Amino acid sequence: MPRYALITAARQGLWRCDGCSLLCQVPTLAQDGRCDCPRCGAALHRRKPHGLQYAWAFLVAAMICYIPANLMPIMLTEMLSGTQRDTIMSGVVYLWQSGSWPLALVVFIASVLVPLLKILSLLLLLLTVQWRSCWAPRQRTRLYRLLEVVGPWSMLDIYVVGLLVALVQLQSLATIKAGPAAIAFGAVVVLTMLSAMHFDPRLIWDSIEDDDE
Amino acid sequence: MTMQSPVPLAASPVLACHECDLLQYAPAEAGQMVCCRRCGCPLQHGRGCRPSTSLALVLAGLLVFVLANVFPVIGLEAGGSRTTTTLLGTVWQLSHQNMLPVAVLVLLTGVLMPGLELLCLLYLLLPLSLGHAPYGFASVMRLVRILHPWGMVEVFLLGVLVSLVKLAHMADVHPGIGLWSFFALILLLAGNASRFDAGQLWERYQTCRAMH
Repeated sequence: MPRYALITAARQGLWRCDGCSLLCQVPTLAQDGRCDCPRCGAALHRRKPHGLQYAWAFLVAAMICYIPANLMPIMLTEMLSGTQRDTIMSGVVYLWQSGSWPLALVVFIASVLVPLLKILSLLLLLLTVQWRSCWAPRQRTRLYRLLEVVGPWSMLDIYVVGLLVALVQLQSLATIKAGPAAIAFGAVVVLTMLSAMHFDPRLIWDSIEDDDE
Repeated sequence: MTMQSPVPLAASPVLACHECDLLQYAPAEAGQMVCCRRCGCPLQHGRGCRPSTSLALVLAGLLVFVLANVFPVIGLEAGGSRTTTTLLGTVWQLSHQNMLPVAVLVLLTGVLMPGLELLCLLYLLLPLSLGHAPYGFASVMRLVRILHPWGMVEVFLLGVLVSLVKLAHMADVHPGIGLWSFFALILLLAGNASRFDAGQLWERYQTCRAMH
């Protein structure tokens, strides 16, 4: 007895155009070759082409960049008393100690928690799809939807560093410079977003359908 | 058209979920919000929206976008000197500190992508609301779809607020006209994004093209 006795579009030979979301009847003979959407001319695919491979590649690259992003300083404050090097985490600790804990919480969520959870969630999604797991498909689809929404929010620290760099250029008192972690952190944000974009959530449901047969 | 090429299934009330690929019937009454019965993904926006409403939002958005980028976002006063910055000033300063990749990232996500998306929407909506079919509709629609996830104006606004609090410890900070413009901009962009429905625009485009 299938758990989800429902018909998918792909099984009916219906492909949804990625460009204009038109549902097209693709003849069996044309399914192996290249076929274009009759409305907008974009190439039609049953699933995102090589989605898993791209998603894995971007995710692995993001995981590598995540290490320098957290270990190297993201902001250098040059004062008369010397240079202060702040990593992402030490910036959060500084905010917490200076009494502005709501702000510390916002920065902690956006810069530490969101990138980490994004990487872990993508890892979970990719591994379960790779293993053709039938576990909690609805929840995994919801997780993917959440990933797409929170994706850009980890850019927060990049903007903050950029603004501080542009504002605090007081020659005599203090200057702020961006540290090497800014590049790595920006790369993490972009790479995890690219990884999520290439992942096709329909693959989660494909394994269930195959399992039911 | 040969037997080998795909055929549109436009006239039928069938919807395919873009997150789980489930095939399902759309409800008969128009103007309802439709969600996938298997994974809960929203499939169809509720209200049918006229392009003129979206056009108004886009025009207001463009105006505010210019204001937000021309006027300073934050001003800082310390030791008798005063500095102000805009989003573009941030990009300029970053690029002068050998942080070119970060500068390019801020430029793209803060200025170019949202600005270009607004211009593309203007190009699509202005002729459509007048009943004409814009030239190169398909490619501009594709561009909008690519640009949309990379616009991060709302994140920049949160970044401005965080910097304001951070700087308030060390100097006098003044929120500028740019900051209020950014507030208005994210409201307009959000209103526009919730109304944007690619399927509806395509149908409108096809009727406009058929008339001429």
